[in-house]
Amino acid sequence: MTDKILEVKDLVVQYVTDDGCVEAVNDLSFSIGKKKTLGLVGETGAGKTTTALSILNLIPSPPGEIKSGSIMLDGSDVLTMDQEELQKMRGNDVAMIFQDPMTALNPVMTIGEQIAESIELHEKISKKESMERAKEMLKLVGIAESRAYDYPHQFSGGMRQRVVIAIALACNPKLLLADEPTTALDVTIQAQVLELIKKLITERDMSMLLITHDLGVVAEVCDDVAVMYAGRIVEIGTAAEIFNETAHPYTEGLFNSLPNLKQRGEKLVPITGMMPDPMDLPEGCSFAPRCPYATEACKKANPGLRHLGGSHYVACQAYERENFKLGGEQ
Amino acid sequence: MGKILLEVDNLTKFFNTPSGQLHAVDGVSFQIEEGKTLGIVGESGCGKSTTGRSILKLIEPTGGKIIFDGKDITNYSRRQMRPLRTEMQMIFQDPFSSLDPRQSVMQLISEPIIEHKLLSGKAEIEKRTLELMETVGLAKRLMNSYPHELDGGRRQRIGVARALAVNPKLIVCDEPVSALDVSIQAQILNLLEDLQKDLGLTYIFITHDLSVVKYFSDDIAVMYMGQMVEKAPSDEIFANPTHPYTKALLSAIPIPTIGKEKPVRQLIRGEITSPVNLPDECRFFGRCDVCDEAICKKCNPTLVEISPKHFVACNKIAMKE
Amino acid sequence: MAKLNDNNEVKSRSMAQETWRRLIKNKGAVIGLIFLLTLVVVSILSGFIYDYDTDIIALNMGEALQAPSAAHWFGTDSLGRDIFARILYGARYSLMIGVGAVAIGLVIGVTLGAIAGFYGGAVDQIIMRVVDVFYSIPNIMIAVVIVSLLGTSTVNLLIALCFTCATSFTRIARASVMTIRDQEYVEAAYELGLPTWKIILKHIIPNCLSPIIVQVTLLIGTTIIAASSLSFLGIGVPSPAPEWGAMLSEGRQHIRDASYMCVIPGIAIMLTVLALNLLGDGLRDALDPKMKK
Repeated sequence: MTDKILEVKDLVVQYVTDDGCVEAVNDLSFSIGKKKTLGLVGETGAGKTTTALSILNLIPSPPGEIKSGSIMLDGSDVLTMDQEELQKMRGNDVAMIFQDPMTALNPVMTIGEQIAESIELHEKISKKESMERAKEMLKLVGIAESRAYDYPHQFSGGMRQRVVIAIALACNPKLLLADEPTTALDVTIQAQVLELIKKLITERDMSMLLITHDLGVVAEVCDDVAVMYAGRIVEIGTAAEIFNETAHPYTEGLFNSLPNLKQRGEKLVPITGMMPDPMDLPEGCSFAPRCPYATEACKKANPGLRHLGGSHYVACQAYERENFKLGGEQ
Repeated sequence: MGKILLEVDNLTKFFNTPSGQLHAVDGVSFQIEEGKTLGIVGESGCGKSTTGRSILKLIEPTGGKIIFDGKDITNYSRRQMRPLRTEMQMIFQDPFSSLDPRQSVMQLISEPIIEHKLLSGKAEIEKRTLELMETVGLAKRLMNSYPHELDGGRRQRIGVARALAVNPKLIVCDEPVSALDVSIQAQILNLLEDLQKDLGLTYIFITHDLSVVKYFSDDIAVMYMGQMVEKAPSDEIFANPTHPYTKALLSAIPIPTIGKEKPVRQLIRGEITSPVNLPDECRFFGRCDVCDEAICKKCNPTLVEISPKHFVACNKIAMKE
Repeated sequence: MAKLNDNNEVKSRSMAQETWRRLIKNKGAVIGLIFLLTLVVVSILSGFIYDYDTDIIALNMGEALQAPSAAHWFGTDSLGRDIFARILYGARYSLMIGVGAVAIGLVIGVTLGAIAGFYGGAVDQIIMRVVDVFYSIPNIMIAVVIVSLLGTSTVNLLIALCFTCATSFTRIARASVMTIRDQEYVEAAYELGLPTWKIILKHIIPNCLSPIIVQVTLLIGTTIIAASSLSFLGIGVPSPAPEWGAMLSEGRQHIRDASYMCVIPGIAIMLTVLALNLLGDGLRDALDPKMKK
């Protein structure tokens, strides 16, 4: 299995609080091929960020706990690493870009120092050399070298996100985890940053896990897509499979909710109801209460992933029925 | 043509900052007919929210005129505005911070009714509140819940119910769905659309998301650094975007399809700078690809009608005309 | 129109109920709360059990300086008075002064703080500079000056101590009003057409309460210590009243032969302040919105 950079198997993550136990991630399995980008799509509370933090073994504990499963990063299991190995892995092999570029940077250090610091942590080079490298990184993300001595507050939101990207890429990680990297940015800036990320990961032969709620961003950037709902993957496949042969009712609902695919005057078809309380998930399929195709059977057992052909899998019991097709049978 | 409900003429709002005068809104003019929706689109800092808040007089405008329902309210005091609050309302962006966390759903929705003395008697008020909850799709049993117990979609429904409570004519929606998940966004957008049909509401829909306004608006105005750069009926602006900024904005939206033909992306350089101490040049000058230094650096363009109801503020286009 | 499928029943709790639920899960806070409630009950009941003139202040030289025993649980002092009775009875002084000074300070401080925080600008400058001046003088010094000007009495002590409380409340109230003032729901209230005073009273103050409530419990503790210190110095509650600080001071002369005279009032003060701090810490955790899911 050398063509996979990341393989997550049967991952279960729980948060135990005073009020009860939240199953944030449940039986999650997916993999990312080398030089591939996987889009992890889902709404608030679907468990996307928890998944990313698990890969870095950074789940805040307490209250979080990785109950079971394995996360193989380029052949070694992240969950059995000791502190030293973890520290080496973070930054060197895997780097993360967070959603909010305002809080991800230290306000009292110049951005050059911050990039240099992350290089020094992982490579034995002198201060001067690392600063040179930092300036190169800045140039790479489209910021003038001379600005290396400026502080974060002197940059705009888009520029800060570029700096965050520069820090993440400084040590040439094999895998980049991008958690909603463009959500906090304006559309024109989002387009710039997406182009930049796309360009850099192809140039550097990197793989990426892109977490987002925006199907448009997924279509722009990702090779493969996994759709998450209430802690589980409900549909996974190549981007073309997910977009053009949508199989899960939830994925279909997401597409139907998008105003930009509609003509004026056409009615949006929202998914009824709301995300279930993660502390109190319905029995059986979590999506059943909101699903237009759900039957009694759906409320009893949780569906496993079913192979649809190619690399396309869906977790939906409706496919037990003969000739079931989304939109066709109601 | 319907009756003009709101007319804004050359509205300006300047803020004094340590680094100079900030032109948040600089000469914005538009009209809205009763029952129609105007979408105001732009990126953060373009002055769209300031425009919306100035119309409601939450911010005192520096100059210009606001004529609502035939009355010039530009210089109305807060006391004079009070009775008008039943006619113009606002739906806020953040359903988490726009509701007082110490009030229950019942108290939140009935507050406008009680404050404006629209109804008297506990039973009457309660009946109307429940009616409003039903209108916006909130279950009756939630009436004693508190905002922190509800999800974003439901909270936003409370916001809508509060705005509706006084039977307004005009509602300014300031990014009402941008804090919500996609599936919930669609629910709220549908709700707002149904309400407009049923109650004949007029909306000003402020958003950064062009796809939302496309779905929703009759007219669209695009703002950039405090000024309107393009204004046209919705279909026209999507079919025939003219201002370079509008074009860039449109092409920047990632389209959620794969394998189908997509227009080539036109990225624009740079970012919005803050509109402080502006020279007399086109505000889009630094980021524009089609500009002409000889003209665009010298003159800040004004809106020109290039086809019926389609206005563009661009020197190059004005020259062609 | 989209219908919501609301199958599961929602239990509704207000913020206060939610806070209470979290508070009673905190052991320390519950212990503190129980101790304080007991103290309040005891100090009320002691008025019925003991007669002030005969049991609390009457001299009984025959029984002077007896060590703790079955007859006198905490022993007797140099004038033969039962220390147990005096401690129970003395609780009311500490509580009254603590609660009283904090209450007066609270009203003055929150009013000033709310005005300063809400209006900002020159008003804010004036109020806060005055507060700064008071803050820069040591508390005990202010108290000593006021008590020496007005004379020693329980009421004067209260006035002396409420200054410190007021300055501290002003600062806290101002800071939280400034944050709440910029919340969207305050803007929403403006947009609804509410008059300013109503917005402050109905929407701003109730949402600033959390840090203020915590400060109340902690300040009662400090004030009790301050009151005891003043009594210890002889400028607090005038003798022969059984104020804990005064009792401590009396015991000082007998610290070698009858150390319980010092130890017992000392422990009483310590336990009360500890209980208040435990409760304050518990409240802080319970009110912290970050703890919420």
